[in-house]
Amino acid sequence: METAPRPGRNVPPKKDKLPAKRKKPRRYWEEETAPTSAGASPGPPRKKKRNGEIRLQKSKNTRISKKSRISKKPQVPKKPRERKKPEPQRSLSGAQDPFPGPAPVPVEVARKFCRIDKSKKLPRSKSKTRSKLEVAEAEEEETSVKAARSELLLAEEPGFLEGEDGEDTAKIRQADIVEAVDIASAAKHFDLNLRQFGPYRLNYSRTGRHLALGGRRGHVAALDWVTKKLMCEINVMEAVQDIRFLHSEALLAVAQNRWLHIYDNQGIELHCIRRCDRVTRLEFLPYHFLLATASETGFLTYLDVSVGKIVAALNARAGRLSVMAQNPYNAVIHLGHSNGTVSLWSPAVKEPLAKILCHRGGVRAIAVDSTGTYMATSGLDHQLKIFDLRGTFQPLSARTLPQGAGHLAFSQRGLLAAGMGDVINIWAGQGKASPPSLEQAYLTHRLSGHVHGLQFCPFEDVLGVGHSGGITSMLVPGAAEPNFDALESNPYRSRKQRQEWEVKALLEKVPAELICLDPRALAEVDVISLEQEKKERIERLGYDPEAKVPFQPKPKQKGRSSTASLVKRKRKVMDKEHRDKVRQSIEQQQQQQRKQKQEKAKPKGSRPSALDRFVR
Amino acid sequence: MQWPPPWRRSPPGSRNRRARAHFRDWRKNSDSRDPGTKPGDPGAQGREGARPHVTTVENVKEAGCTPPPSARPTSTAEAACLSQRTWTIATAEEPPPANLCRRNYGAPRDPAEPRWSPGGRAAKMKVKMLSRNPDNYVRETKLDLQRVPRNYDPTLHPFEVPREYVRALNATKLERVFAKPFLASLDGHRDGVNCLAKHPKSLATVLSGACDGERIWNLTKRKCIRTIQAHEGFVRGICTRFCGTSFFTVGDDKTVKQWKMDAPGYGEEEEPLHTILGKTVYTGIDHHWKDPAFATCGQQVDIWDEQRTNPICSMTWGFDSINSVKFNPIETFLLGSCASDRNIVLYDMRQATPLKKVILDMRTNTICWNPMEAFIFTAANEDYNLYTFDMRALDTPLMVHMDHVSAVLDVDYSPTGKEFVSASFDKSIRIFPVDRSRSREVYHTKRMQHVICVKWTSDSKYIMCGSDEMNIRLWKANASEKLGVLTSREKAAKDYNQKLKEKFQYHPHIKRIARHRHLPKSIYSQIQEQRIMKEARRRKEVNRRKHSKPGSVPIVSEKKKHIVAVVK
Repeated sequence: METAPRPGRNVPPKKDKLPAKRKKPRRYWEEETAPTSAGASPGPPRKKKRNGEIRLQKSKNTRISKKSRISKKPQVPKKPRERKKPEPQRSLSGAQDPFPGPAPVPVEVARKFCRIDKSKKLPRSKSKTRSKLEVAEAEEEETSVKAARSELLLAEEPGFLEGEDGEDTAKIRQADIVEAVDIASAAKHFDLNLRQFGPYRLNYSRTGRHLALGGRRGHVAALDWVTKKLMCEINVMEAVQDIRFLHSEALLAVAQNRWLHIYDNQGIELHCIRRCDRVTRLEFLPYHFLLATASETGFLTYLDVSVGKIVAALNARAGRLSVMAQNPYNAVIHLGHSNGTVSLWSPAVKEPLAKILCHRGGVRAIAVDSTGTYMATSGLDHQLKIFDLRGTFQPLSARTLPQGAGHLAFSQRGLLAAGMGDVINIWAGQGKASPPSLEQAYLTHRLSGHVHGLQFCPFEDVLGVGHSGGITSMLVPGAAEPNFDALESNPYRSRKQRQEWEVKALLEKVPAELICLDPRALAEVDVISLEQEKKERIERLGYDPEAKVPFQPKPKQKGRSSTASLVKRKRKVMDKEHRDKVRQSIEQQQQQQRKQKQEKAKPKGSRPSALDRFVR
Repeated sequence: MQWPPPWRRSPPGSRNRRARAHFRDWRKNSDSRDPGTKPGDPGAQGREGARPHVTTVENVKEAGCTPPPSARPTSTAEAACLSQRTWTIATAEEPPPANLCRRNYGAPRDPAEPRWSPGGRAAKMKVKMLSRNPDNYVRETKLDLQRVPRNYDPTLHPFEVPREYVRALNATKLERVFAKPFLASLDGHRDGVNCLAKHPKSLATVLSGACDGERIWNLTKRKCIRTIQAHEGFVRGICTRFCGTSFFTVGDDKTVKQWKMDAPGYGEEEEPLHTILGKTVYTGIDHHWKDPAFATCGQQVDIWDEQRTNPICSMTWGFDSINSVKFNPIETFLLGSCASDRNIVLYDMRQATPLKKVILDMRTNTICWNPMEAFIFTAANEDYNLYTFDMRALDTPLMVHMDHVSAVLDVDYSPTGKEFVSASFDKSIRIFPVDRSRSREVYHTKRMQHVICVKWTSDSKYIMCGSDEMNIRLWKANASEKLGVLTSREKAAKDYNQKLKEKFQYHPHIKRIARHRHLPKSIYSQIQEQRIMKEARRRKEVNRRKHSKPGSVPIVSEKKKHIVAVVK
């Protein structure tokens, strides 16, 4: 879309006169007579260019370059053809494309797909490397725009719940929601009345299609909760601490009183893992095929379920472990301890990656959101806090709850559910990437028993709650990601598709050693070892092969290349270099002094302390 | 499907009290005539008892006054208009999305649209639940392909980098698994194969010369199609004419012979088209790329017109035997030759004297011009190295290619000009990228002896080498390449894996796997030995520099070390 009249066109198109002057009909084979008429043809109304939209820059750039080339030589009129070129393409009928060029993409959507930090400047490097980097960056930008454009193709919209004119949505009861929504959605709300086998833990499979439940008194069942088809139901005749699906719905890990057992979807016991004993909590890391178990004995054990080996057994040295959560962004395990700290673990490191003091009392529950940005914790001090996990580990918001939350869960779209006694509270944030605001609850619900397990169902607006009276499946509009990626987890997959996915997933099983706080670190340049290598090379060779070669004056024409003049030229260059060096060092010194002054000025403003004398 | 419904689209300010009042009035009216009470309504299957339901758009038309949920009033003006008009008119403006209802078969009617029911508090809220129609996600019949909806949101694809890394690792491993470069061995010669020539027009034809005569091979059949006894004694050089109709040979019997490419008819005798009797032995020959002229070398470089029996011009620089001569494929008047007195000489055909020469440490066996960059050539040297020169600046080679452990005997560029292959006395051939000093690939077999000549085929896919033990071997240029037609999915997977390998090539684990080659013991031990020798030399130099006056032991780069002089 053009915004300024081009230099070649003397007469700007006049809009008002346009309808009055009837245009002479023209055959498609007839040449266009003048560029002015082309400009005046009925095009789209001139739209103001909307800010905050990216168009593919390629065509524009070429246009600009051409313009500049023309403007440099104003006297020589170029061929008129060249000037016509940048105009929007016309069809044979003379109709103009009202939306020329690729569709615009909102900036924030494109930013979601951007993988390069633009704020970082490119390192100083050789021109070849630099050009390569630039090309890569441009490519990256183009792909992110393309990916953002593909958002148009997404079929589903997320759910929502709005009260009439600022009415508190927390007052809306489940029954109201059930009444208001369509039959299929209403069927997702159900209660399983299982009072006999005690409080229940539950787990949804990764596709969100299957539900496993384990009662404290030994009742273990797995079902396709959408069709309500029972897959298996057994009683293990032992206390069940936790239950978890492995990578697919065909395998089920159950933490029983003594050992960890693995069952298949028929309820047949496949393995009894005696190395993991007295397990209290289970977490499955799907991309690493690791089953993390926290035990009463204080060990965090990682079991590779694809080969059946224990990858790491880490002693947390903090007594009984009963609070565990995984960060789905980087597969770091978060453990909550009775002294109020949360420690972050990776199987590659024997020590915790980080320890965060979260609460004054013990930590009761942890949850980490799907982007790995926020962690919610609740403690014995009745506080519910939300922490920022990006580097600083600072609390973003906190709130005291009358009863304190015993269970927490994040949904795919960032809703936070907390189970407090027999009440469920759900908080929502502004959007997907914002933390839930704890001021006002989004939904509340009272159950028939005390909460014992909580999980949002992936890809469905459903919160599963296990409590002492059985299982409740709550409707939480807007909880889940509406559009799934069928190659990652497809709720509608067939048997064949599942098998194929399983093979692919196993082939790209990420090694346990790669678990660290920043999963993108693997793609960054390893500067440390690069510098080390360089140093070693210099040591080995006895000189720096990449050092700047000292200036050697080129021999000039006959008679001018006397030794004296050569020395003079050499001297000149040397002096110049020396001057530069001195200037740089002086500038550096000045900067340092300035900094020191600023630092000194700071404590003066605050009150002087007796301990200042010990500050260095 | 209409989403968001009109009341979500309107600015929030427009929802004021008056509109609501209108709406309430209107709802009272409509409640009194609830279509659910109407008997025999075909669209009312879903309605049972106290739970009123949304009607489909078509039914709305029948019912006359019940609005579809998507047409709730938004603004005062609209509401006013609603209260006056009947609903049939209001909906007439936008055609009813009939397909919306029909497509859903038995499934919930329009799950995307929030249900809006009059009565109770549920009427006051707006709710939409995620409710997918399974028909949109499951294939209709078994003959269809499975539906695979994608969402490229990065949060749905966690561990992008580690997973790509694992994929790259797997791809690298598979590449090594499938690296089976050896294709065929053409046997038939009764002596070590001395020279090879490509056919300029036919990819399947290759010519070879040995002491027992010339042979023309068909590569697709892998058979010898013609045998000629051209010379007495060794055939030293063979080259094809640019049109591919004839070829030239030189031999130890001091003759140059031109032969037709086609075999003689039945009963005809095998005879050369032309024979030139020379005075001295010719050691090499190369044909001009466009003109009917060729060059031979021996004691001097002779340039011949095809029609004449005497050379157009002879050029010498010093007195020595010249090993090989090569025409430049782009600047076709340029020639390069290498002689036994360790120098490489460049000539221009249009003038009678040579252009310039560079003298190296040791003798150069052959040179090869880069087919894409006119001024770049690579020389195969006796000191186990190859040197890539820019002919404009001969004092420093662009690159020294080191990896062979014995004299390099032949070199040939790929048609892309990005890589070249070298044949060595150490019984192996290696492929070097032009801008790298180390080879990317080494080929050897148990039976292959000293490799004398090597050629990269014109489709840049294969490599041929002739060796001492009388065989011509055919190799893939890319060891793990799958031959034959690839399906589009195979091709996509190949490209994807290639990109991944490139992306992670510097990661130590992947680098180690990609670089690993099995070598015969002789070469392996030689490499170790030479490494030790080189290290010792380096150490000695460092020590000398340390203990002598600063600057008296200059640092000479590896590139400059082997150049003795450049003469113009």
